[in-house]
Amino acid sequence: MDNLQERLRHIRGSAAEKRHNARTVAALTSNPGCARRAVLDAAGVDKDRLARHVGFPAKFGQSQFAITRGNAFEAQVKANGYAELLRLLRETLGLEIREVGSTNLEDVGGNTGQEVRHARSRQKLTSAAADPNAAATFYDHPLLRLDVGGSRVYLEPDLVAFHHDGVFHVVEIKSFAVIDNQADARKVAAAATQSAVYVLALRRLLGDDKVAHEVVLVCPKDFSNQPVATKVDVRKQLIVLNHQLSRLTRIESLVEALPPTLTLDLAPDDDGKFSRPAAEVIAALGEIEARYAPGCLATCEMAFFCRQEASGCTATLGLSVREELGGVETVAEALGLADGILVEGDDQAEVAAMLRTTARIFGSVAA
Amino acid sequence: MSAVSSYAKALAVAAGRAVPIATRRHVYLSDRPLVFVPLALAGEANAPLAAMIGTSPHDPYMLLVPQPRNRDLRFGFAASLAEVVLAYVRSCTARFEVVGTDRLFLDAPQLLVPNAAGLGFVKLLGRSTRFRRTNGPYPVPAGVPLLGRWLTHLGERSEHPGSSAMLAMTQTLSAHWASGQSAVEDANLAALLGWIDPPEGVCGSEAALAAEDPLVWPPAGPSTDPAFDNEVLAPAIRAYQSATPDSPKRRRAVETLERELRGQMEPTWRLMWHAIKVLRRLPAAETVETRWTADRRDFSRYHDYLSTDGRPQARRDGAVAAARRLQSLEREQTTFDAARALDDPLVMASYRVTGEAFQGTVVSVDRNRRILSERGRRVTRPKVVVGTGDPVHLPVGESLRAPQRIKQNARITEIARSADGVLVTLELDGGMGRAAVPAPGSVPEVGDEITYTSVYPDAIRSPDLPPTDQTPWTHGGPPRPYVPTDDDAREAWE
Amino acid sequence: MSLDLAAQAERVVVEILDDFRSGRHRGVVVDSPPGAGKSTLVVRTAVALASVGERLMIVAQTNEQVDDLTTSLSAAVPAGLTIGRLASSAYVRPARLAALANVLVDKDVGNLLSCEIVIATAARWAYVKDRCWPWAILDEAYQMRSDSLLAIAARFERALFVGDPGQLDPFSVVENDRWRGLNWDPMQSAVAGLLRSNPDLPVHRLPVSWRLPASAENVVATAFYPYTGFRTSAEPGDRELTFGTRAFGRSSVDALLSEAAATGWGFYELPARHTLRTDAEAVCAVADVVRRFLDRGAIARSGNDSRPITAQRIAVGTAHRAQAAAARQALFDLPEVTVDTANRLQGREYDLTIVLHPLSGRRDATAFHLEAGRLCVLTSRHRQACVVVGRVGIRELLDAHPSSEPVHLHEPVKFPDGWAANQTVMNHLYAHRIAA
Repeated sequence: MDNLQERLRHIRGSAAEKRHNARTVAALTSNPGCARRAVLDAAGVDKDRLARHVGFPAKFGQSQFAITRGNAFEAQVKANGYAELLRLLRETLGLEIREVGSTNLEDVGGNTGQEVRHARSRQKLTSAAADPNAAATFYDHPLLRLDVGGSRVYLEPDLVAFHHDGVFHVVEIKSFAVIDNQADARKVAAAATQSAVYVLALRRLLGDDKVAHEVVLVCPKDFSNQPVATKVDVRKQLIVLNHQLSRLTRIESLVEALPPTLTLDLAPDDDGKFSRPAAEVIAALGEIEARYAPGCLATCEMAFFCRQEASGCTATLGLSVREELGGVETVAEALGLADGILVEGDDQAEVAAMLRTTARIFGSVAA
Repeated sequence: MSAVSSYAKALAVAAGRAVPIATRRHVYLSDRPLVFVPLALAGEANAPLAAMIGTSPHDPYMLLVPQPRNRDLRFGFAASLAEVVLAYVRSCTARFEVVGTDRLFLDAPQLLVPNAAGLGFVKLLGRSTRFRRTNGPYPVPAGVPLLGRWLTHLGERSEHPGSSAMLAMTQTLSAHWASGQSAVEDANLAALLGWIDPPEGVCGSEAALAAEDPLVWPPAGPSTDPAFDNEVLAPAIRAYQSATPDSPKRRRAVETLERELRGQMEPTWRLMWHAIKVLRRLPAAETVETRWTADRRDFSRYHDYLSTDGRPQARRDGAVAAARRLQSLEREQTTFDAARALDDPLVMASYRVTGEAFQGTVVSVDRNRRILSERGRRVTRPKVVVGTGDPVHLPVGESLRAPQRIKQNARITEIARSADGVLVTLELDGGMGRAAVPAPGSVPEVGDEITYTSVYPDAIRSPDLPPTDQTPWTHGGPPRPYVPTDDDAREAWE
Repeated sequence: MSLDLAAQAERVVVEILDDFRSGRHRGVVVDSPPGAGKSTLVVRTAVALASVGERLMIVAQTNEQVDDLTTSLSAAVPAGLTIGRLASSAYVRPARLAALANVLVDKDVGNLLSCEIVIATAARWAYVKDRCWPWAILDEAYQMRSDSLLAIAARFERALFVGDPGQLDPFSVVENDRWRGLNWDPMQSAVAGLLRSNPDLPVHRLPVSWRLPASAENVVATAFYPYTGFRTSAEPGDRELTFGTRAFGRSSVDALLSEAAATGWGFYELPARHTLRTDAEAVCAVADVVRRFLDRGAIARSGNDSRPITAQRIAVGTAHRAQAAAARQALFDLPEVTVDTANRLQGREYDLTIVLHPLSGRRDATAFHLEAGRLCVLTSRHRQACVVVGRVGIRELLDAHPSSEPVHLHEPVKFPDGWAANQTVMNHLYAHRIAA
């Protein structure tokens, strides 16, 4: 489809494109079957703003205490020329060198344009990769790039460490605690997937063999501010990411199915106020099919809107509940079949029988 | 999730109100539970911010940490909490009975928290305090290390299926009612209670929706609402921090913090007691008392241990401890699942739907049937035929039990299916006395309504495991014995 | 069959025997892909040790496995040696064991101490106290749970651990993360825990599957043994599936049978539908396929040996017990056809397998349904052909599967990844699909 980018721009409307980062790329793996999410993300729509405009703001605020703590921890880890981090990486990765150099790729002599920063990062990393005798070095905030569904996404890992054996390791600094060598498994999973995005980007730049599939996760140890480092194998996350990124090319067929005039533009006026009636935006959204599940509440800004839209559907009760109800789409249908009021379709004989049995047995006891 | 509880959820959506999935209460509810509503500061591993605690709905004790990052203030909080908790534990030792050579307390502590995250908070607080010492180079206030051991102990007990020593209200409520929302949303205590007992004239879904607004219903914690953090809490803490000690400015800052944090916890506090009231309306299941006795026994044992050895629980289980714990948990899970079904026809319903149990009417009885056993003796083996409309997915030869005749084994000898239902023929063994003729009432009669289930608590034997000091090489050999060190006591709590 | 492969396999076995018998290591691990001669290895090792007067104990996981091994041992041990089959009080001795003169069955281990070889289930061994054997062989050690090993490790000095890492993991009704990441996590497999506490133990790999046809080598090895692989002893042309009668007309089932005969695989694709766990139409299709194989007089050739495929040589495999029960009922008149879940099919072998795909008719995939070990067992039981029955929609399901599995620190990542294995198998099956 030649004008895919144009179509996506039209869908987005006048707003600036919401930039992807590692977190949003990682989020692509969380509900790949949802066309609405796929289109909104591909078009670079600000989902937070959109959700607010249609009356269902998301609740993903961040407490400043968490932000402060995160920054303080990262600063601590990198203090004194990475002294703490170096000690940790020696223990975790087996870095044997005594001295280590560091290259700060955060800004490039005042010029902080992304293209330029990325070019410098690329140059530094590729030359290090090409020279196996290069000293072990920390690359602080390198700017990587990844092609995501036809658009360029700039990614910035906290740190990349270069082992002197010629292999790069991604280092992720997170502020959730590792207590007695255990951490919140969901947070670790999110960090692992995010890190895998960086590994992927580095591998596309330098080749698979130059970038380890093990990342180093640096977290506060127990209840202190001291860091502890753990190796995390992200091969599974890489498998999933690779697959989902390759799937993004199918955005074409999704967009093609939409009305050509469809737009989610919020029509900001001169004061910046959004003048487009919410009802219109909602109607436009309705054209793009969603696949709501309760898991969306934790990961997607549109979740509250989609939940309300899906009201009455068994999916709102949970996917396992829907399965136990025979996969029937709506609560009304499930109850209708259970009561024998609804006549089942040919396909539904077994499901209807199961629901009727359940209703009968439940009813006989609950009475 | 079972077919029955999923169906109940669908019914709840249609009814606009939660639907009961239990006719009995399967947890013990103490006359004097210790209700605990903690709040923690965002971004830290375990930084207590405030708490409400008490054994009656009136006059809860409120604790707060005006600068949650201040180590001394944090230990001060722990010390105050210790006073309350340890006094409560002591009160449970007032009465006891002697069983054999052991002393068994007639009471045991019960800690109630709002949600699963609350359970996590208790465990973490236990972990951050149990290794401390009241003497030596890094002393903490009296009671803190003991508090840590008790909180950790309750945390471990809460992982045992069937234990009521520490409960998360959202989990307990969800086990007895099906709401019209998903399990994710059920983790919000206000929303769940909104479905179960909505205010007059409001339907469940509306009440639940209102519960999602943090301005109306502050989060049950331990996490606070980020907007509250940014707009109210942070300025208040800054005000406290920047004021000189003992100044009016500082006093005002503390008052503000107390007022605001109380406002965040009070609604949840009320919800907790509301939930207790709702649960008390359910009659207790028959085996609740047995399980609570196990909790009391465990409490008595731990209490005695603390007065002798008293070392804090290890950070992680060793190989043998882990295997032993897994064995107990498995035994308890199967026993608890089976017991609930036997105690409660609504729980039994889910086994009837899957065909693992059935309920029906006795259509014929051969009471005096005697056969030759394997060893050649004549034994009494009555036969009953039960007619049922339930789907029966059990094989011939399977052993079943009836809740009212739990000691009597019923083995399926025949299954006849027709358009009218299923006729199951069972051979009975046991529970009939030793005479040649079965004792009166020990065999079902024609016309009786009866339930038979393949899921019943069987005496599950777990094999012995080697003692810890003989941990085999396959599992890393014997661990080094734990010696409390200064490092433990010094461990940073930042 | 390539002589090189046979020689290679023999070299590995000799290495294993040498490594183990030398006593250099307290434990020796043998990874055995499907049909690689695990039982033969166990018997051979036992005989080698017993023949020179060494006392050994053998541990298997189920009574059936114990009885199978006992029967094989009975035939293989030299005259004068006895095998003690240690049983529990509930055990009923099957007929085939009763006939064996050199096998003693007893509930009391004290009565079996004169036997050179004592064999029992892991569960039974856990109740034996205070005795110790110098040698032990643990069969299906990857399917044994780590806490089971803990209960019996004091019974032996040195042990050979044999099992298939690609098949089903042990499980528990309990869900608890407190031991995750620990070397001695009791819920992991016995071998996984053993190697984490003793990383220097040698791990050998049996390199050849004697069971699977050449047509299965690529897909099964790639999907389920991605880092180690294996070769089939059978080369293209060594195995052949033919039919005694011709097909009438052009039914889809007959097209399926042709595909199976030509390629060793078939995917019978039913129309898309979201169904209950027990999908009557799919179960019916499975039964139809079984009957057709029998009605057409399927014949299996292996090398120069041809024989008709009788009902005993056919198995139906499912993920759930309820599905197996339904299929059993649909095939009630053919009791010799094995119908079982993957759990119970582990270690067994047939000429033909008909599999109800674990993801068929589902809207969402759970970890249970995606588990690689399950699919591995279901697709690696056959000597001739494996036919899978499933509805349209499995590929779409896999494609849109959201991945949000929790990650536990210090827990070794287990390969193959269930989702990836399913993708590999489904892509392969798709090339052999016949619309129902």
